Amino acid sequence: MRKLPTATTPNALPNLGAAGKALPHESALKHVTGSAQYVDDLPVPPDCLHVATGGSPVAHGSIKRLDLSQVKQAPGIVDVITCEDVPGDPDISPVFTGDILLAKDEVNYIAQPLFAVAATSLEAAKRACNLAVIDIEPLPPLLTPAQALEAQAFVLPTRTFARGDAQAAIAAAPHQLKGDFYVKGQEHFYLEGQVSLALPNEDGGVHVISSSQHPTEVQKLVAGVLGLPINQVQCEVRRMGGGFGGKESQAAALACMAAVLAVRTGRAVKYRMPRQDDMVQTGKRHDFWNRYHAGFDAEGRLLGVDMQLAGLCGCTPDLSEGVVDRAMAHADNAYFYPASRIRGYRCQTHTVSNTAFRGFGGPKGMIAAESLMDDLARAVGKDPLDVRLTNLYAPGRDETPYGQKIEQHVLPTLMQQLAKDSGYYNRRAAITEFNRAGGQFRKGLALTPVKFGISFTATHLNQSGALIHLYTDGSVHLNHGGTEMGQGLYTKVAQLVSETLGVAYERVQVSAARTDKVPNTSPTAASAGTDLNGMAAHLAALKLKERLCSFAAAHWDAPREQVDISDDKVMVAGKAQDFAELVKAAYMNRVPLSATGFYSTPKIHFDKEKGKGRPYFYYANGAAASEVLVDSLTGEYRVSQVDILHDVGKSINPAVDMGQIEGAFVQGMGWLTTEELSYDDQGRIISNSPANYKIPTAYDVPARFNLRLFDEPNLEETVYHSKAVGEPPLMLALSVWCALRDACASFADYRFNPPLDAPATPERVYYAIQAATTIATTKEGESQ
Amino acid sequence: MKLVINQNIVDLAPSADATLLKVVRELGLTGTKEGCASGDCGACTVMVSRPEDEAERQYETVNSCLVPVGQLAGRQVVTVEGLASDDGLHPAQEAMVSCHGSQCGFCTPGFVMSLAALVEAGASGREAVLSGISGNLCRCTGYLPIVAAGLKALASGRAAKSRHGLASAGVTHFLGQPQPTPGEGPVFSPKTEGQLGDALKAMPDAPLIAGGTDLMLEATQRYEQFPALIDISGVAELNRLSLDEQTIAIGAAVPYTRLEAAFSGLSEPMVQLLERLGSRQIRNRGTIGGNLANGSPIADMPPPLIVWGADLHLADATGNLRQMKVEDFYTGYRQTVLRQGEYIRQVTFPAARLACFHRFYKSSKRIEDDISSVLGAFLFTGTAKGITEAKVAYGGMAATPVRLKGLETLLQGEAVSEPLLQAAQAELRRAMTPLTDVRASARYRMDMAVSMFQRALKEFAGERLPLISTLDLMEAQQ
Repeated sequence: MRKLPTATTPNALPNLGAAGKALPHESALKHVTGSAQYVDDLPVPPDCLHVATGGSPVAHGSIKRLDLSQVKQAPGIVDVITCEDVPGDPDISPVFTGDILLAKDEVNYIAQPLFAVAATSLEAAKRACNLAVIDIEPLPPLLTPAQALEAQAFVLPTRTFARGDAQAAIAAAPHQLKGDFYVKGQEHFYLEGQVSLALPNEDGGVHVISSSQHPTEVQKLVAGVLGLPINQVQCEVRRMGGGFGGKESQAAALACMAAVLAVRTGRAVKYRMPRQDDMVQTGKRHDFWNRYHAGFDAEGRLLGVDMQLAGLCGCTPDLSEGVVDRAMAHADNAYFYPASRIRGYRCQTHTVSNTAFRGFGGPKGMIAAESLMDDLARAVGKDPLDVRLTNLYAPGRDETPYGQKIEQHVLPTLMQQLAKDSGYYNRRAAITEFNRAGGQFRKGLALTPVKFGISFTATHLNQSGALIHLYTDGSVHLNHGGTEMGQGLYTKVAQLVSETLGVAYERVQVSAARTDKVPNTSPTAASAGTDLNGMAAHLAALKLKERLCSFAAAHWDAPREQVDISDDKVMVAGKAQDFAELVKAAYMNRVPLSATGFYSTPKIHFDKEKGKGRPYFYYANGAAASEVLVDSLTGEYRVSQVDILHDVGKSINPAVDMGQIEGAFVQGMGWLTTEELSYDDQGRIISNSPANYKIPTAYDVPARFNLRLFDEPNLEETVYHSKAVGEPPLMLALSVWCALRDACASFADYRFNPPLDAPATPERVYYAIQAATTIATTKEGESQ
Repeated sequence: MKLVINQNIVDLAPSADATLLKVVRELGLTGTKEGCASGDCGACTVMVSRPEDEAERQYETVNSCLVPVGQLAGRQVVTVEGLASDDGLHPAQEAMVSCHGSQCGFCTPGFVMSLAALVEAGASGREAVLSGISGNLCRCTGYLPIVAAGLKALASGRAAKSRHGLASAGVTHFLGQPQPTPGEGPVFSPKTEGQLGDALKAMPDAPLIAGGTDLMLEATQRYEQFPALIDISGVAELNRLSLDEQTIAIGAAVPYTRLEAAFSGLSEPMVQLLERLGSRQIRNRGTIGGNLANGSPIADMPPPLIVWGADLHLADATGNLRQMKVEDFYTGYRQTVLRQGEYIRQVTFPAARLACFHRFYKSSKRIEDDISSVLGAFLFTGTAKGITEAKVAYGGMAATPVRLKGLETLLQGEAVSEPLLQAAQAELRRAMTPLTDVRASARYRMDMAVSMFQRALKEFAGERLPLISTLDLMEAQQ
């Protein structure tokens, strides 16, 4: 036999017991040297084709004629397809139906693809698409939640979470108030746009390399459009240049389009969307129109709450069932609503179908709760933080509107701690004084909590798989169903495997998610990537460790309990053995050196129709205090200080976790401040480029940014007793919106709730100030 | 044409509109990314050597998605692959790793290049870092670790060129050679106005390009093709910048980065405005002539130049010259008086205007690196008790930049007072009818035009109404 290679020298393996360490991202060196490969960087065959699509010029209409003769004759064009040319099922909906790869008969949003071309270059493909003759009879479009509610147009039925008689409780309460505001959606603006590469194989199937959070769904839908069994399609994802939910369902269309064209032409086909196409053709965070009616006592304690959350879903359901469910399930945020009715509407409009975006509806429900808290505080003349603390879930006041009991009461302690650390009450007093003095600049302050439920609300998605191979030189190959989009999942899971196996982190090589390695995976979404894949990998590593230890006990004739692997050494009855030697010996003795792990989240169940159950395994918590400075002459503002205390349980990698918290906060701040998703009155997205859609820059990040992790292990049996971190901190940015509203309210001496739709652009802040000033002037007039 | 990419002399025959980004990626240097192809995200940032610095080679950052590679004959381009050497990572790369500055990694090469350029230039301090990366968007990190990495890299004080040279001996020799003669390839790069005249005669349909930050969008966003381009960025006469006691004269091809340095100490309002005009990468390329010639109603340079009373100097291929006020240059939405074959040579105005009270205010959704929704420019002489002369101009309020002569007349000889402010407001509202678009509503535009005017006049009268963009928040907290 061939000689087995020698082991890696142990002194090159410094990271022992890797879990809990602030290790750099597994690809950090490749990122900074430009050697990390994204789909568009991969070498392709010289005859690779490029895709572009021609889209609908109107929001709603029926297709009368589609003349593509000039398109077909354009330079560089190799193939042109319409819906009829799709060999299998053209419906590529992730859950329900309605998302058609290429429109047939009718169109339901502007830029909806009508046909696709494959050409020798992207430029040739784009130029050819302009040559189509498109005749569509326009029909009147629905463009806003209000219009859809009026027309009773919904993509899915309305649901209600109810407890007690909310209306009666509100009517009986000493005080009542109402709220009504609009919160716009958000463009994902992942830096790497949507992209897929399809390589036809010898069996008539395809190998798809995609920038997708959900390789299994890409695989399934590609097989569907090709009319092939799933095993004829493989999907591979090494990394994404950002996802944020935008590549959960939306990546599939590109993969399917490329695959159909690849199989038809027998050539490699790449579909990379230029930025502007991506911004108008792919789904975004939902707009929401939120209304509430609440009854409360003189302390600002809620007695009854009635909320209506109307999400702008666009033309099809996509993932809107779960998005609106999660908005409803977070409309309480961290507060106990004794009697409550929460209604969620899934409004159907003739706009691009909205989709997952970090928080998945949660932010839209939570902003209603936080708006309500500020309204309550101003109604009863109390500090908003005190009103928040009064209404927090607590033992005895611990059941959510959907019936789940809060078991870990983290927030009362966490918020008090943050109030102390950030000097909240002293700063509040100083700010009130500063604002009373009047003048051009005003300040605002808000401390808001986040309680975010962790698990997919679709219970079956809460499963995961992993595959680990050991090689005879002691190196470890790790694969699992999760995808890497920058969140550090691969780093954390490798750390966990190192920890569980007891070997150095450097031995573990991470690898691309592939549907032929770990099958039937769930999307990397719902913040659950590490919880799910980390646990599956941990279980696979445990199997291997047990096998190796049992073998070592037999091989070196020691009791099993005197064998262990830790610190990259195999201890056998007090004597250290080299790990690689153990693996080599195991191989020679025909011990299997590959293992799978499988995990499914325990304890969860949810009856969607009744709106009751325990949808979440646990909650992740956090709180942020933000201070803003506002220029009353323009409505311009700066966020001057942010203090955050966030609960990640026991951190697997504090650097990665802190990176998630900072990044999520700034992304949430962008959603609530400068990022304005805009449609014109025909339904056309006019914020269609980074020239007119402004995500934060480095200048927008507060110079004073104090972040600490709340250092308590998760009491539930999660991997390493950690907590999910991807989405929850996005909603810490609600503190910025609340602080801006606080600053605006100061113009009416905090006795008025200024209307402030989101995003709070300088323009909206300016008019909120104007409204508050007008009220103050009127009140002064009345009192004289 | 030949240029240097990292340490290799590359011989290319590009089409006129082939971007540097496309070329480096086709050469296999895929570390440079396309994020937007419109100069807004910075993922394609590379360093390019400046031709004028012969003593010590200087590098500036550019968005490679907007640079026709044909403009770079005889220059050196450094991509992210060219930063690390046998000595190891560049300090900017090292710091990005140790500070956890990358998450998804897609924007990272662009940030690394912007930070490396700061290190190479010997920059220091937080403001330098922010300004240096203002044109790089990151969607993952929230920038905190990147700013930390920038500060760490700058503090290292290790510029790569002093260690082992971003340009090797062979490359330095090549770069020291005379530039290729104009006329090679589809991008014609005259060095003198005489050569420019010849080019205009020979290729009357070829668009003029300097920084390309607007023109190239036709190619990258609308897939237009340019058979040929006339590159005026290297024309000596158009690069002159003279600030003598009599006259300020700015060549049309002078980029904003040079203007920032030139106006430092001369006009704080202009420096503050330039800091909000695009990003560092855009300011390294974009020129004052381009800002004027593209005819945009929301260009940032025309209103200030109008209130400074600037003259535009035009020339054509045969050497005919003419001159006009900036406000007379515009004839309609994206329309100017420029005839075919005519170009802007320079802008001049009396140096004495810089000593007059002036303010330039910009309104935008995002404070930095955003296109203006309204831009107001104001110049007053005399005193609050009697305004001798008033000049008022706006961008974003009409189809062209506008000068409000009616308002100027109304203010002349008056004392600053509440009734005057009211009368001026009425005149502003009468004289302008802005539109609603993606950047702002018509109502907000009008209210901001009024607010800007009042702010300027009150400041003239001695009130202090600072812009929030100029406040040091670390200080404001105390």
